[in-house]
Amino acid sequence: MKILIELIYLISSIFFIFGIKNLSSPKTARKGNLYASIGMLLAIVVTLFDQHVLTFEWIIIGMVTGGLIGTVMAIKVQMTGMPQMVGLLNGFGGGASALVALSEYFKITPAITTDTGVAIVLSLLIGSVTFTGSLIAFGKLQGIVTGRVVKYPLQHPLNALLVLVVLAAGAYIVVNPDMPEFLLMIVGISLVLGVLLVLPIGGADMPVAISLLNSYSGIAAATTGFVLENNQLIIAGALVGASGFILTMIMCRGMNRSLMNVVLGGWASAGIEGPAAVSAAHKGTVKSVDAEELAMLLDSVSSVIFVPGYGMAVAQAQHAVRDLMNVLEKKGVKVRFAIHPVAGRMPGHMNVLLAEAQVEYDKLYAMEDINDDFPNTDVAIIIGANDVVNPAARHDQSSPIYGMPILNVDYAKTVVINKRSLNVGYAGIDNELFFYPNALMYFGDAKEAMVKLANELKNL
Amino acid sequence: MESLSFLMHIYVFVLAIFVGFELITKVPPTLHTPLMSGSNAISGITIVGALLSAGMEEFTISTILGLIAVIFAMINVVGGFLVTDRMLKMFKKK
Repeated sequence: MKILIELIYLISSIFFIFGIKNLSSPKTARKGNLYASIGMLLAIVVTLFDQHVLTFEWIIIGMVTGGLIGTVMAIKVQMTGMPQMVGLLNGFGGGASALVALSEYFKITPAITTDTGVAIVLSLLIGSVTFTGSLIAFGKLQGIVTGRVVKYPLQHPLNALLVLVVLAAGAYIVVNPDMPEFLLMIVGISLVLGVLLVLPIGGADMPVAISLLNSYSGIAAATTGFVLENNQLIIAGALVGASGFILTMIMCRGMNRSLMNVVLGGWASAGIEGPAAVSAAHKGTVKSVDAEELAMLLDSVSSVIFVPGYGMAVAQAQHAVRDLMNVLEKKGVKVRFAIHPVAGRMPGHMNVLLAEAQVEYDKLYAMEDINDDFPNTDVAIIIGANDVVNPAARHDQSSPIYGMPILNVDYAKTVVINKRSLNVGYAGIDNELFFYPNALMYFGDAKEAMVKLANELKNL
Repeated sequence: MESLSFLMHIYVFVLAIFVGFELITKVPPTLHTPLMSGSNAISGITIVGALLSAGMEEFTISTILGLIAVIFAMINVVGGFLVTDRMLKMFKKK
């Protein structure tokens, strides 16, 4: 029986691998998700046949409760709320791994080998940090906790000290396993550490934080696999850990920042000296247009690129954008979308919103695939994006965003910027693009503005 | 001998990370959100350990911890796979 169970775990791992492999194309992705869930079902069912599973009432209660909560969350969540949802799920995964490690400790103590002891401590540390860190990330995205960069005194020394205390207590436990007080102290400090680590990270840096927590949740599962000596947990955890880590790196590259810089709560602090000087230099005239004038302009063009940002998500404007796209296409205009890697609050955020609005995915282009096309484009329409289209990133060495890859919207013949006001973006700096001769400001809430524009255009 | 089996687990872990890197780098940016929620559900595999704890013969502190772990992991698994499917359903080509 034991060998059969192990074999089925292996088959389940293969399902996970094929599941992720099928995510390499939107055509097969849904099938891939199905494969992965079959793998999970196999693993769960076969575990119920394990000789150590003898009573089922708690299992049934737990599975039904968790299953119901998960189902309701998955059905209720809006597409704009997806970053929060993923944040919360990361937290539950990390929390579950830590709980399993703790449970295992109480089961086998004091007969704990060094290997297992180390694994338990690491699993508790990573799992607990993932749990509270994800709850804070959720709170920030949901607007319950401030989305600003939060600084507190002695931030870095304090966190370093806490990590050292956890490691010291962990080393002690490994040598003297029969010390549950120490273990609970590790859990407590790790929970606090999760809060302290994510609290300083600002709203627009959330794509990095969420990806990193995603990676942690995988690593927590893998370390729990070491505790239980279960290869399937190790394999699945490693896959997720790698996935989260790659996304984290892509996000960091998209902002031209090191992981350290983001994690330590960097950007806004770097920009403190900059803004005054920059804004003084670029205060010029801003040309503003209304819906009617803009509709007349758009009536005579042949190509348009939309550049969506977080503002589109906040205003829930994706459907209005789709309507505008339809009107334009009916007039024979070629419409595409340019998506910056860090647009929104999590990797791929804009793509999901536009998919929800039934914009076909082959119209969505990654930055490197469309950036050279802006010079041949009549109009670029920016909806709720700011720092990712700021040309200062290319040439202004004093700018905090200098070196960040940006969308070359200013090379288009005309750039239309839809914003509610001239306010600065997340990096806290003015955007010189607004003062460019080919730039037109189209003020207003993204959704209302797009609806109005589409109506004007239809009436022409 | 026990440290040898630990070493075998490290083998598996390292190789799986390489497989993960190979697979994930092929996922296009447009699917990064479903990738996160889907991989998130996969990290709910920790439910295997939770079931072993919650299903023990005697009722101890480990059972309680196991029960909470089962709830957490199930939220992760069911919520993750369902919401991923909901998103992937929407991705359409012209």
